[in-house]
Order: sequence, then C-alpha cells, then structure tokens
Amino acid sequence: MNLSDHPFFVWPFVAGMAFLCIYLPAVYLKWLRKTSARDRKKISAAIFSVKTIRAIREIFSECLLHRRIFRFNPTLGYMHMSLAFGWFLLIVVGKTETMLYTRDGFNPPYLPVFFKYFYPDHIPANFKGLFFLTLMDLLLLFVLSGLTLAIFKRFKSKFLGMKKSTRHILPDRIALTFLWLIFPLRWLAESLTSGVYNAGGFFTLSSGRALASLLPAEQLLLPAWWAYSIALGGFFVALPFSRYMHIFTEAALILLKHWGVKTTQRANGYTDFEIHSCSRCGICANVCQLSADAGINHSQAVYFLRDLRYNRLQPETAENCLFCGRCSAACPVDIQVDDIRLQQRTNRANRCAPAIRRPAAQLPGTPETGGVLYFAGCMTHLTPSVKEAIRTILNRADVKFSILDEAGGICCGRPAMQAGFRQQAESIIQQTTEMILRSEASLLLVSCPICYKVFNEEYQLPIPVKHHSVFFKELAAAKPELFKNSRKRITYHDSCELGRGSGIYEEPRELLRRVAHLVPTAHEREDALCCGGSLANLAISPAQRDLITDTAYEQLIAPAPDYVVTSCPMCKKTFSKGKRDIPVVDIAEALQMALTPEEKPVRVKVGKKAEVLA
Amino acid sequence: MYQHNRYQKGKPQQVAVVGAGVAGLSAALTLKKQGVGVVVFEKDESPGGHLQQWHALFPDREPAAGVLDLLKQEVSEQKISLRTQTEVAAVTPSGDKFRIETSQGEQNEFDAVLLATGFQLFDAARKEEYGYGIYQRVITSAGLEQRLGHGGTGLTVNGRPPHRVAFVHCVGSRDEKVGNHYCSKVCCVTGVKQAITIKEHFPQCEVLNFYMDLRMFGTGYEELYREAQEKWGVMFIRGRVSEASQMYDGTIQLKAEDTLMGRPVRATVDWLVLLVGMEPEKRAQLWARSLGLRTGQAGFFSSPEKFLHPSLTTVNGVFTAGACTGPASIPESVSQGRAAAISVLEFLAKKDEAGK
Amino acid sequence: MKPANDKWGFRAEGSEQINLDKADSSLYRRLLNREPGFAACLFCGSCRATCTSGNEGMNFRLAHLLLQRGETARLKSLTDPCLLCGKCTLVCPRNVNIRAVVYNLKIMLHEPF
Ligand SMILES: Cc1cc2nc3c(=O)[nH]c(=O)nc-3n(C[C@H](O)[C@H](O)[C@H](O)COP(=O)(O)OP(=O)(O)OC[C@H]3O[C@@H](n4cnc5c(N)ncnc54)[C@H](O)[C@@H]3O)c2cc1C
Ligand code: SF4
Ligand code: SF4
Ligand code: SF4
Ligand code: SF4
Ligand code: SF4
Repeated sequence: MNLSDHPFFVWPFVAGMAFLCIYLPAVYLKWLRKTSARDRKKISAAIFSVKTIRAIREIFSECLLHRRIFRFNPTLGYMHMSLAFGWFLLIVVGKTETMLYTRDGFNPPYLPVFFKYFYPDHIPANFKGLFFLTLMDLLLLFVLSGLTLAIFKRFKSKFLGMKKSTRHILPDRIALTFLWLIFPLRWLAESLTSGVYNAGGFFTLSSGRALASLLPAEQLLLPAWWAYSIALGGFFVALPFSRYMHIFTEAALILLKHWGVKTTQRANGYTDFEIHSCSRCGICANVCQLSADAGINHSQAVYFLRDLRYNRLQPETAENCLFCGRCSAACPVDIQVDDIRLQQRTNRANRCAPAIRRPAAQLPGTPETGGVLYFAGCMTHLTPSVKEAIRTILNRADVKFSILDEAGGICCGRPAMQAGFRQQAESIIQQTTEMILRSEASLLLVSCPICYKVFNEEYQLPIPVKHHSVFFKELAAAKPELFKNSRKRITYHDSCELGRGSGIYEEPRELLRRVAHLVPTAHEREDALCCGGSLANLAISPAQRDLITDTAYEQLIAPAPDYVVTSCPMCKKTFSKGKRDIPVVDIAEALQMALTPEEKPVRVKVGKKAEVLA
Repeated sequence: MYQHNRYQKGKPQQVAVVGAGVAGLSAALTLKKQGVGVVVFEKDESPGGHLQQWHALFPDREPAAGVLDLLKQEVSEQKISLRTQTEVAAVTPSGDKFRIETSQGEQNEFDAVLLATGFQLFDAARKEEYGYGIYQRVITSAGLEQRLGHGGTGLTVNGRPPHRVAFVHCVGSRDEKVGNHYCSKVCCVTGVKQAITIKEHFPQCEVLNFYMDLRMFGTGYEELYREAQEKWGVMFIRGRVSEASQMYDGTIQLKAEDTLMGRPVRATVDWLVLLVGMEPEKRAQLWARSLGLRTGQAGFFSSPEKFLHPSLTTVNGVFTAGACTGPASIPESVSQGRAAAISVLEFLAKKDEAGK
Repeated sequence: MKPANDKWGFRAEGSEQINLDKADSSLYRRLLNREPGFAACLFCGSCRATCTSGNEGMNFRLAHLLLQRGETARLKSLTDPCLLCGKCTLVCPRNVNIRAVVYNLKIMLHEPF
C-alpha cells in the first residue's frame, strides 16, 4: 500500500487524533506548572520508582477494568468496562494484527483503525489470521454490548442500580453523540466491506452478507467509512471539552497521586487534574442524601465539579453540601471533592471573618492536670448527659482528669474552617492550643468527632488525642470488671466525622458488643447515613434537614432496637429533635448504663462523724 | 331541647365518658342530672385527673384538695358509675352505637361517647440542655407542686431554706425543636403562682422568672402578676434560658440573655423549675385517630365547628371536652365539660326522635 | 450652620430615636430572601445565651433587630465574633437557621451589591 493512493476519508480521524496529541500534553503541562514547587519536586523524585509501577497497575484496574464501579454495581461496572477495556483491546489487538499482517512495525496510526478498508479481502490463510479476525469481531461485540447498556441507562437508569442519570450539558451531548456513533458505524463499515468482498470474521461477514443482500453495499461502502472516520475525529475534538476528558486525565491523576501529590488548601494545578478526572458517572449523586431525601439536585459532587470546570459555579452550590463524605467514599475516581469544595468556600469567605483575638485574661481558666484533659466541645454543653456519663465512668475507673471547657464554651475551630473562614479558624486553633498546652495534660480526651478530627488534622499537639469511644474501649478491656452486658438490643450510628472522616469504625462496635447486644442496620460503616445535622452545609433549610434526619433515623430503628447509640453529640441532638419513640444515646451513656453496681464503702460511726472503713 | 321525662319512659340512653378529670366529671354530672345513664372510665386509681397533683390553684391559690373534695363528693352523691383503673383501649362504631373496649378486654355499647382524656405533661428530659433527670435540683412545675405540699420542706437544701430559685417558662411549648409550636397557656400563670408560693414559704429566697412573653390571659391573672412584682418582689427577666449545668456543690448554673438589658446573664440557683407544657394524651390519640377523629396541627382534638359547637368532632355521636381539645384551665375545662354535656343531650334527643 | 431643629438645644440627628422613615431594609430583605425562616425569630435571646462568643459581643438577636429596623452600622461588630459553631441554631425555639443567616450576613457585609 502506498500513502499517495489512500483515500481522503481518513483525514477527519487523523486531524482529530493530531489535535488530541497536541492539546492534551499542552494542558497537562500548563496544569503541572501551576502545581507547587514542592509537588514538582515530589514528582521528579518519584517518577522512576516503584510508585510509578503501582500507579500503572491502578490505572489498569480503574481506568480500564473499572473495578470500583463493579463493586458499586456489577452491571454498571460491566458497561464501563466493556467500553473502556473493549476499546483499549480493539486498539492493541488491531495494532498487533496490522503489524503482523503488514510485517511493518511502524505503520501509520490510521491503518489499524481502518484495516478492513485497506485489506478488505484479507482471508486468513492460517490459524493466526483466523484468530485475529475472530478476536476483533468478538471485541467489537463486547464494546457494542456495553454501548447498548449505556443507551439503555440513559432511559432506564434504575436497571443499572442508579436512581437517576446525571444531566448533560452541550459539549457532553456532542461528544456523546459521536461516541455512540463510533462503534455502530465501525460495525456498518466493516460489515459492508465484508459483504462486498465476501471475507471477514464470523460476525461482520454474516451481517455483511445480510446487508449486501438488502442494500447497494458497494455504493454505501465509502460513505460508511467516511462516517466512521468523522465520528472518531469528532469525538476526539469534542473530548477535551466534554466529560470524556476524564479518560486520559484520570490516568494522569492516578500517577500524580501515587507520586505523592495531594489536594491543598488552595486550588492549584492538581485541582485541575482532579476536576477533569470526573467522568460524571453520577455515582456520587446516587448516594447523596440531599437528593435522595431533601430534593436538592444541583450541588452534588458531579454538578459541583462540572460547574467549577466550566466556570459557572454559584457559591450556593459549594455551600449546599453536608461534607458527609458519602460521595468521596463511593467515587470510583477517588476525587477528594470535599477538599475542593472547601477551597472554593475559602476563596470566597476567608476575608469575611476576622481572626479572633481574645485577651488571655478572658479565656476560661485552664485547669491544671498531669493526666487526662477532657475537652467537651460546644455541642456537648447542650447534651449534658454525655458529659456527666463521661465524668461518672472516669471517676469509677479512677482516672485522674479535668475538664478544659467546664466554665465556658471554647470552639475547636472546625465549623469556621468548614465554612471557609480559614484565618479565623487558625486563630481559634492557636488559642485553644495554648490552653491545652498550659494544662500540661498527658492525653486529650474528646467526645465530639467534629473536634476530634480537627485536633488530629490541624492541631500540632505534642500529646495523643483520643475519641472517647476509643479511650473507653481500651479502658473496658483493661478493667472489664467495671462493666456488665445489659443484653439490651441496640443499633449503632456511625457519625460522618468519626467514621468516614476519621476511619474509626471498629472500636465503638467492639466496646458496644461488650456492654449490649449490637444488631446491624442497612447502612453501616463506609455506607452509613448522615444524621442531617452536619455543620458543613450552609445552604440547606431546616425542613430539608429534617427530611434527611427522619430517613436516617428510620434506618436505625428498623431492627427495633431498645435504643440507638451514636458517638457524636451533634448526631444525638439532631436525632432527638421532634418526637422520637426510640431514644438515641451517646456511647458514653450506653457505657454508663452498663456500669456494675458500685460497692458501697462500709461506714462506721466514730463519734459524730461517719468514716469510711477501708 | 331535651325532655327530662322522655328518658324515664324506656330504658335511659347510655353515654360513655372517657377520663375522670374535671372535664369528664363535670360532663358526667350534668348528664346524670338530666336522667341519662353515664359510665365514666378512668385509667387512674382515683378520679380528678391532673387536679389531684396540684397543691394550690391559680389565680387565688385556693387549695386544690378542697376543689377536688367537692367534686368527688358530688360524684358520689349523684352515684355516678365510675370505673377506675379501666383504660379505654378502643372506641369503634357499631350500628348506631359505639363499642367501648377497655384494656382488660371488656366490651360495652353506648349511644354516645364523650372524650375527656385531658393532657399529658411534657417530658422535660427531652430538653436535655436543661438537665432534667441528670441534675437533682432541676425539677418541673408539676414536681414543684408536690414539694410545696408540706410547708415547702421539699425545697430546703441541706436543711436550710433555698437562697434562690429560677423558673424557666415555655419548656416544651412554643418550641419547634421538640415539635410543639403552640403555647400551653396555663404555665405562665402557674409560674407566677408558684413564685409567690415560694416567697410565702421562704420570704428571703430570691425568685427569678425567665420568660419570653408573659401570657396572663384569664381573669385575675394580670393582678396576680402585679402582686408577684409588687408584694413579693419576684424578678421577671425577659430571656429564654438556653442551658443549665451543675456546679460542684449541687447548685445549678443557668445561662440566658437578659434581652431587655441586651446582655448575657449567668445565675446560680438552688432550684431550677421547668414550667412544663401540655401535650395531647398520646395513647388516647392513637385510638381516636383510628376512629376517624380529626386533630389539629398540635395533635389536640378539634371540632369542625369550633366557634359555635366546640365539643363536636368529625364523628357524629362522639364529643370532646377539656384539655384534650387544647391547653385549658380548670374553670375552662369544667365549662367545656358542661357544654359538651348539652351537646350530647341534643344529640340523644335527636336520635330518640328518629328512633320513634 | 445651626441645624433647624436645635430648638431645645439638641439635635435629632444622632439621637437615640429609631427613625423608621429613614430605615434602609434592603440588606434585611436580601437576607430574608436567602433564609426566609429567619423572620420567625421572637427575640428570645437563647441564641445569645448559648453563644460561644456571647461574652465577646456576638449578638444575633440584636443584629436581627437592627437589620429589621434598617440600622446597619453596628452589624459588623455585632457579628464579627461569631465562630460559626452552630450552638445557637440547636437551641432556637423558632428553628431559625441562625448559623446560616450569620454566615450570609458576614459575606454580604463584605460583598456590597
Ligand atoms: C403544672 C400545671 C398546673 C396547673 N395549675 C392549675 C391551676 O392552678 N388552676 C387551674 O385552673 N388549672 C391549672 N392547670 C390546668 C389543669 O390541670 C387542667 O385544666 C385540667 O387538669 C384539665 O382537666 P381535664 O379533665 O381536661 O384533663 P385531665 O386533668 O388531664 O384529666 C384527664 C383524665 O383522663 C384520664 N384518661 C386519659 N386517657 C384515658 C383513657 N384512654 N381511658 C381512661 N381514662 C383516661 C386521665 O387518667 C385523667 O385522669 C394546671 C396545669 C398544669 C400543667
Ligand atoms: S465525582 Fe466521582 S462519583 Fe461523582 S460523577 Fe465524578 S467520578 Fe463519578
Ligand atoms: S459530601 Fe455528602 S452531602 Fe455533600 S455532595 Fe457528597 S454525598 Fe452529598
Ligand atoms: S403560657 Fe407562658 S410559659 Fe406557657 S407556653 Fe405560653 S408563654 Fe410559655
Ligand atoms: S434563639 Fe431564635 S428566636 Fe431566639 S432570638 Fe435567637 S434567633 Fe430569635
Ligand atoms: S454560630 Fe456564632 S452566633 Fe451561633 S452560637 Fe456559635 S458563635 Fe454564637
């Protein structure tokens, strides 16, 4: 074959491909230059290390096989896999077939794509040839099956485990139209060619014969190849402007992630990679309680990322999110969308709240302690039974402790941070740090997961920080005689901040199994529901919150427990709103109920005073 | 309207009264005096409803026991058939009658039913921030009535009189956080009355009332408020208490805003009294709903003709009176009971007419 | 120049009087647009009482009154100390979304329209 006599129809494909080959590296380079110098140093240090190999393994399993989507729903996983992996194999196998056939390793890129056109009467002379023909047909079928599912999903998303499909914007629609056309057109062009030349694989040959008997195949042949090439070229040109940009960007993101680049407080080039890696698969919107319960359908991760990408983000979209983390946990691309949201909030709000500077004299006096310092947190002031239960248990266990915020509320700083008031939050953190340090405590005990998370992640404290569920688990293991099993039937609610936020799932359960009969619920651990009380959402209305709370509560009481246990004062307060038949208690209260009866010290009368007999 | 003799000809018609509080008993007495057969069902051991729990009544601080005794006396004089310790578990229509089923499983038919199931006190433990059930010296207004009983000894602290007592108005009422948006109406005046009673027992004790609005709706209530200020020196602070905590010596520290001063207040008290509101009787509500009775937003029974025939319900032949129709004082509950009795009589007369 | 109403030796300007004729309620209306439930506030003061920054001058109740009366001068100093901890929202008897109102107010005070 000779280049000069090849027909013009390959040009749309070649042009599209050339465009991609120039455009993609250019934008990626631009984003890389926007990352910090530290990130770039990290990249150059890691690029020739095992990290890259690990990244490639992940690229293979996520970008091609879509393992995480499989876990979410096998049919949906198959749909994504057949399109991505099927197409990938078509390219690889096609290239190999062409190389073997032409005995030329450096054939032009369009040759494998339009192989059938250039070698229409290629009749396999040997087993190897037959193998390739059959394989290529099988692969085409594989891709077409995925495509059928995709089309089906657009109209009946429930079938693929999705409550609804994401809404598309114009560039997506254009790219989608080209994409949907590519493989049917390929099949048509190959079939017609097979029909005309009476040669081909089992699938294209049989469909080709049928077509040739019905249609003027010879005249249609070239137009079909043109159409196929235009679909390909059109798709390539539309790709960077549509959601399909994720195909390549996701791979780049995986590499960067493995090289140690992380989402930062401020948006930078890495954020661009993250934003463009979203495939708009809609899995996040599907697990989001805002849409499931409260009828809010514009602010989910998928829409937030989309609006941000196309520069049309409304502040309200960034604000209307619970930061519950359900979407990040389910996202097959593992995009840290909460962090990106926070960047946007901070951009807008940071300057609107001044740093807090309370004169030291006005700060609540710090108790001196060498032992455990308990930080109750603002919310716990409204749930005094939690504080009292902790006090009782610590006293019973002879733990030396003092309470940091007994006299008045001190804020941990996290709510301000979540709202984007970064400088204010930092000033609060600094102040509270000073108070903690002054106490010379050896351990900070926290009963509020919201505080716990920020103490862990933003405070640089020289002492360990423990959530009370973990602290008490260890205490109960060390002093089992203090507790008995009440045999009460209970369910456990994983709060967002302790569960998905801090990864503490097992300790509270272990503790609860010791003191009661813990029964499972429909949504546990990573999949736990948000109580709806989250401070992170700045736009939701109280009535919408209540809808979320009611659903979450229904799930928790479905197994008919005697009571529901949580380990967050905020969740407890949220659930106790309105009229609830089954009470929600904190894990400390559950533990307090399980305390063994105290042995009364023997008292004897000595004169007028009663004295304790040891 | 009714003709006394008509009922004496044949077998008198039978009316079931559910609840032997002041409303139910007043209605039963009126009906009985008109010759109708009445059976009063009461789930408690004794009649009187909530009146039994009160020490002295607003607005005149008349001893509750006296009022209760008079009522009971009349009930026994009239030989009202009173079935105590018998909770009504269901009311179902049966032909042109109503079948009453008790929790013991007994069933009887009646020509008409009058519901006077009253109210239940708001469970103060649901307002966790006030510490009821957690701190010993946080009590409710109902609990205070009992402590006021024996010369106020229930309020002494380690044998000494209390130094300071604070009342929190609107606990469980006007509070969307507990799902009760309505005003319970009687707690303001109860708070004023109880404040005075404390001063009577312990003149040295300082009494603070934390309120959002003072609703002195009835005859003599405003005068009582004035007396509390002028004669007894009760201090009224406009601000809702947000939370309370216990100090090491067992006293209670509360937080509020003095909204008229515009500054936060903090006060340590020997007792914190929560003026708990009224909620509809939950269990009665359940079966009443399956009978088809309409309740208003707050869950109290409501009449389809609330201006002219307040005791009617959406079910013909079923009537309501007293605090089950919404927060009410004793005189109001009594009047409602008597008014409902008249409506029952009218209904029976009509039924009798039709039966002829 | 002597102000016209200096008859009694003091001026109406700068006086204590709330002048509803001159009230500018545009900010209040914008906020209400964002958080309609906030009009239900009955000025009970619980939000201030529970407020983590209540002793530092944070006063939502007063801020709301000033907004309603169209006096915006003191709003910033009255809301600056708020840490957005959210306690107020949990105690409000009228279910006002206080924290969200304060957040939006802070932003609006910095983003004049
Ligand atoms: C703290 C407080 C103090 C008060 N002090 C005063 C005061 O000083 N002066 C004043 O005028 N008013 C006072 N009141 C108001 C007064 O208590 C009520 O007006 C009055 O009790 C209402 O009477 P009732 O008969 O409608 O209901 P209740 O007194 O509640 O009686 C209802 C009765 O029905 C019974 N019952 C309910 N369901 C069933 C069932 N299914 N089967 C059988 N029986 C049933 C109950 O056991 C109860 O005995 C006070 C209220 C409160 C909360
Ligand atoms: S954020 Fe993740 S889950 Fe959501 S649409 Fe994008 S890729 Fe899918
Ligand atoms: S963090 Fe939660 S509320 Fe926010 S978008 Fe994700 S799932 Fe929805
Ligand atoms: S009567 Fe007074 S205390 Fe009771 S709910 Fe009404 S306003 Fe509140
Ligand atoms: S707590 Fe609610 S009702 Fe009370 S002053 Fe604050 S906003 Fe208004
Ligand atoms: S959110 Fe602001 S106004 Fe509300 S309690 Fe916290 S600091 Fe005070």
